[in-house]
Amino acid sequence: MIYDISLAIDYEYAAVSDRARTLMRLLPSDLSGEQRVLDTALTITPRPDERREERDFFGNCTTTAVWHGPIDALHLVLKLRVERLTPPGSADLSPLLADLPSTLDGVRDLGPCAPHHFRGPSARVPLIPAISRFAQAVITKAGGTPTTRQAIELLGHALHEEMRFDAEATSVETGPEQAFEQRSGVCQDFAHIMIAGLRALGIPAGYVSGFLRTNPPPGQPRLEGVDAMHAWVCAWAGPVTGWIEFDPTNDQPAGQDYVTVARGRDYLDAAPVLGAMRSAGGQASRHAVDMVPLED
Amino acid sequence: MPAARPAKEPDLFSDYHRIPGVADELFDAEGRMRPVWARFVERFARLAPAEIAARFERGNQYLRDAGVFYRQYSGDPLAERDWPLSHIPVVLHDSEWEQICTGLAERADLLEQVVADLYGEGRLVREGHLPASLIAASPQWLRPMVGIEPAGGHHLHFLAFEIGRSPDGSWLVLGDRVQAPSGAGFALENRMATGRIFPERFPRAYIHRLAGFFADFRAQMKALAKAGGDMEARAAILTPGPSNDTYYEHTYIARYLGLMLLEGEDLLVENGELKVRTIEGPQPIGLLWRRIDAAFADPLELHSGSQIGTPGLVETVRRGNLAMVNALGAGVVEMRAMMAFLPRISEVLTGKPLALSNIATWWCGGAAERDYVKKHAGEMLIGPALSPDLPYDIETGAGLGGQGGDTEAWIDAEGPSLVGQEAVALSTTPAWVTEPGQPLVEGRILPRPMTIRVFAARTAEGWRFMKGGYARIGKAGDASALGMQKGGSVADVWIVSDRLVPKVTLTPKGEASFQRLAHGVLPSRSADNLFWLGRYVERTEDAIRLIRAYHLRLAATDNPADPLLRRLRAFISGYGIDVAQPMPEALLDRIGAARACAAKVRDRFSTDGWAALVDLHRTASVTLRDIEAGDDAARAMFVLVRKMTAFSGLVQDNMYRFQGWRFLSLGRALERADGLTALLHGLAEPGAPEGALDLAVEVADSVITHRRRYAVETSRDTVVDLLALDADNPRSILFQLRVMREQAAALPGAEDNGRLAALSRAILPLETRLSVVDIEDITAKRLLSMRGAFGDISDLITDAYLR
Repeated sequence: MIYDISLAIDYEYAAVSDRARTLMRLLPSDLSGEQRVLDTALTITPRPDERREERDFFGNCTTTAVWHGPIDALHLVLKLRVERLTPPGSADLSPLLADLPSTLDGVRDLGPCAPHHFRGPSARVPLIPAISRFAQAVITKAGGTPTTRQAIELLGHALHEEMRFDAEATSVETGPEQAFEQRSGVCQDFAHIMIAGLRALGIPAGYVSGFLRTNPPPGQPRLEGVDAMHAWVCAWAGPVTGWIEFDPTNDQPAGQDYVTVARGRDYLDAAPVLGAMRSAGGQASRHAVDMVPLED
Repeated sequence: MPAARPAKEPDLFSDYHRIPGVADELFDAEGRMRPVWARFVERFARLAPAEIAARFERGNQYLRDAGVFYRQYSGDPLAERDWPLSHIPVVLHDSEWEQICTGLAERADLLEQVVADLYGEGRLVREGHLPASLIAASPQWLRPMVGIEPAGGHHLHFLAFEIGRSPDGSWLVLGDRVQAPSGAGFALENRMATGRIFPERFPRAYIHRLAGFFADFRAQMKALAKAGGDMEARAAILTPGPSNDTYYEHTYIARYLGLMLLEGEDLLVENGELKVRTIEGPQPIGLLWRRIDAAFADPLELHSGSQIGTPGLVETVRRGNLAMVNALGAGVVEMRAMMAFLPRISEVLTGKPLALSNIATWWCGGAAERDYVKKHAGEMLIGPALSPDLPYDIETGAGLGGQGGDTEAWIDAEGPSLVGQEAVALSTTPAWVTEPGQPLVEGRILPRPMTIRVFAARTAEGWRFMKGGYARIGKAGDASALGMQKGGSVADVWIVSDRLVPKVTLTPKGEASFQRLAHGVLPSRSADNLFWLGRYVERTEDAIRLIRAYHLRLAATDNPADPLLRRLRAFISGYGIDVAQPMPEALLDRIGAARACAAKVRDRFSTDGWAALVDLHRTASVTLRDIEAGDDAARAMFVLVRKMTAFSGLVQDNMYRFQGWRFLSLGRALERADGLTALLHGLAEPGAPEGALDLAVEVADSVITHRRRYAVETSRDTVVDLLALDADNPRSILFQLRVMREQAAALPGAEDNGRLAALSRAILPLETRLSVVDIEDITAKRLLSMRGAFGDISDLITDAYLR
């Protein structure tokens, strides 16, 4: 399936900054077996004095923009054409959840995809006892000896049941602890809470930012989180299965309807736009997304 | 060397006993005094307790005068505490020291290899010599730095090692300090202080000097600053700022080495190059000796919450344009758990065991190690694996094992985040101990545990070590109290030779014997602080004189309803000061603001100046806090005026006449001109109460001048003439405008293509007008408009230089 994606983000700053630097993770990458990027165009207004594209530690494409003078607004327009490849279905070859720790001890790797990065607390996903207890309870309640993949899906389903999607309930600064306590939030909160739960179960887990198809295929319900950039979870299910992706907001594996932009330990590693404006005062932003299948 | 034992056993040491099972610095295993101490002990033992107390007090006085302080983390982020000097030095023979340093040089090279591997090839993890999960869990392993080659080729340039002597007499490494090692500046101050305490030529002539250590390192930093290719690039020190616990040392080293002391907001990144904002625009920086933790260096790429970093800093490193002492991310080798793996890594990377063992350490992430630690918990210090703290600086929730059944459950639950470290009993050394509240003279010499901090710097000729200077001395026999923040103290370390030691100086070898640092590197933030320091000081002095005048009159009339007093009260309230409070809170705030500005530029003016300002602050806020209105308050203000002028005089006399001084002077001149204008507007108006003119002249400190110049009573004309138009009176507006014009003309960018810059263009018309105006034209309206113009001038200075 080929998608045309458009994204517009506008920031207005309350006070003029004398210089500005932003670090963006907006451009998707080719991912073997998952997606191919056919076309990208990112327009930045006002035009930055410096702009460059690089790769970060996790292999994400970063765009750095620097303005040497003051700016009072920032407009980003992104146009993408991406082919989403059909991932082959597979039998569950993941190890038993109970065997995962010893499996991990044998992985002597610190490369970008190594599971070790995703095991412990990270800047936005600390250890949260309430979420740990919740995750343990989900596994205990299910009984038996689940595989890692089963455990991932069990937790995803349970969170979807437990949590209410509410675009107004939280902001980008809200932590997962608070969102879990109020049992509501947006896709970022769902993802962070699930990551915290998976890590508590000993499953390496990370954050994925990207796009979700705006209108569902005929006959399917409209999904949550289509009005802005979306976020979901990747989890490591052993050396054979590797990483699998799950969207707790919509209670489904991240499949055909998803395009990945960036991955990391949590939001901060994958944030679409991180900015440093040397000024006081708040900022206002608007954000619009559209992802439609290419008419053929 | 023959044991030069004192003729008779000194009584001073009669209470000093070697603790069984623990090594001692003064006595060897057989209970004999180590010969290296003899020369010191012999002299020291001759001193009467009163003489000892007087000498120690001299050392303390030196540290207080020099303003050496240590920031204690507590409720008040700026609470300072005197440097806790333990007066008796630790004495080591230079042959033993050489052996230690040889071992530490090997260790430094090994650490360099480990850091290079963790950010490069990754062999240690791949081959299983370091657990991947341990490295991945370390907050100091900075992923954005992976794959980056450091400018100049090395990750590590300046290190400190914490070492201690184990019961069998051998030395052990207890901790590696890599991130931002502190203490080298304090070591120099320790040595200055012990120099006051033990000034005799002997034993001093046998002690190795500390000074030479920094000379080569400074040369190395200057060379490294240019490693990126920009020959203009400078080296600077990056500090988290005045609330850091060792900020004093940052200012000290900056002054000592002639390096700029910068904070994150001083820096900007343009086209992948790091620059410092100066009054002459951005200037290139090629090396940062950072005293901030790496994770705080760049809010965009490293730690999003950082308030003290510089966005884009990592990019300058990635491009090879900035060298770092030490490399961002090098702190990963500081963690306690690293000690568990270094012995094996040494074998793997160098084919040799560690030349100097480190404290035996077990990482509880491995099953076998976990069991071992559980079994031997009673003999171990168990604490966080990722922490860089020394084994003895155990945080709450950790401690000597053997806490019953809890320990095992704890280790099972949190294994990978814990280490067990052998609870070595450290050697003891003589310390002068007084009970709380006891005077120095009643102290006794008792054995106290100690560790030594050894500083190492990479130079062109390899690792170079500071010869002594810094030991931590524990409180009581309790080794866990060693932490400085928990009340330990610090002693000098003397490395003693059998022969006389030649003098060393800071002068580099060959070439010029000194180098004048180029001018024009005043960071904008320093200029800003100096400018405001000038303004605050002047404004405070004005306020003190006004308050004094008020209380003098109050004492004379004893009638608060007196019209002149009412006018004066209203005028002073325009300063935000309520004279109903004999020591107004607002005045204390103002003095505090001046002190806070000065604290941020302590590297730029003399210690005497700083001491004068601290004294003023203390006098006003403590000594004179409870004064009474009238005569008492007036006298208190006399004291404050004198102390204020002491500070102004010191600054005026001693400050080097360059850019920093210009901003201070501009601030003072601007504030004084504005204050005089306000004074004329408030007290010299037609219709002002009887005596107001005299008051204005008094507040402007021009009583004598007025008497001489006019030989008549004050009239509005004489007062305006003297305080506004007399170009020879430093207390006149015209005089201050002249100062401002001259200072502005000497600033960078004062002329642009033959035309005066905006600042000079704003000052000049004011000066000209006052030069030619008639007295009767100095109306209230004109005075008000002049005050507006002064505000504009302040804004122009800010726009042109201070951002």
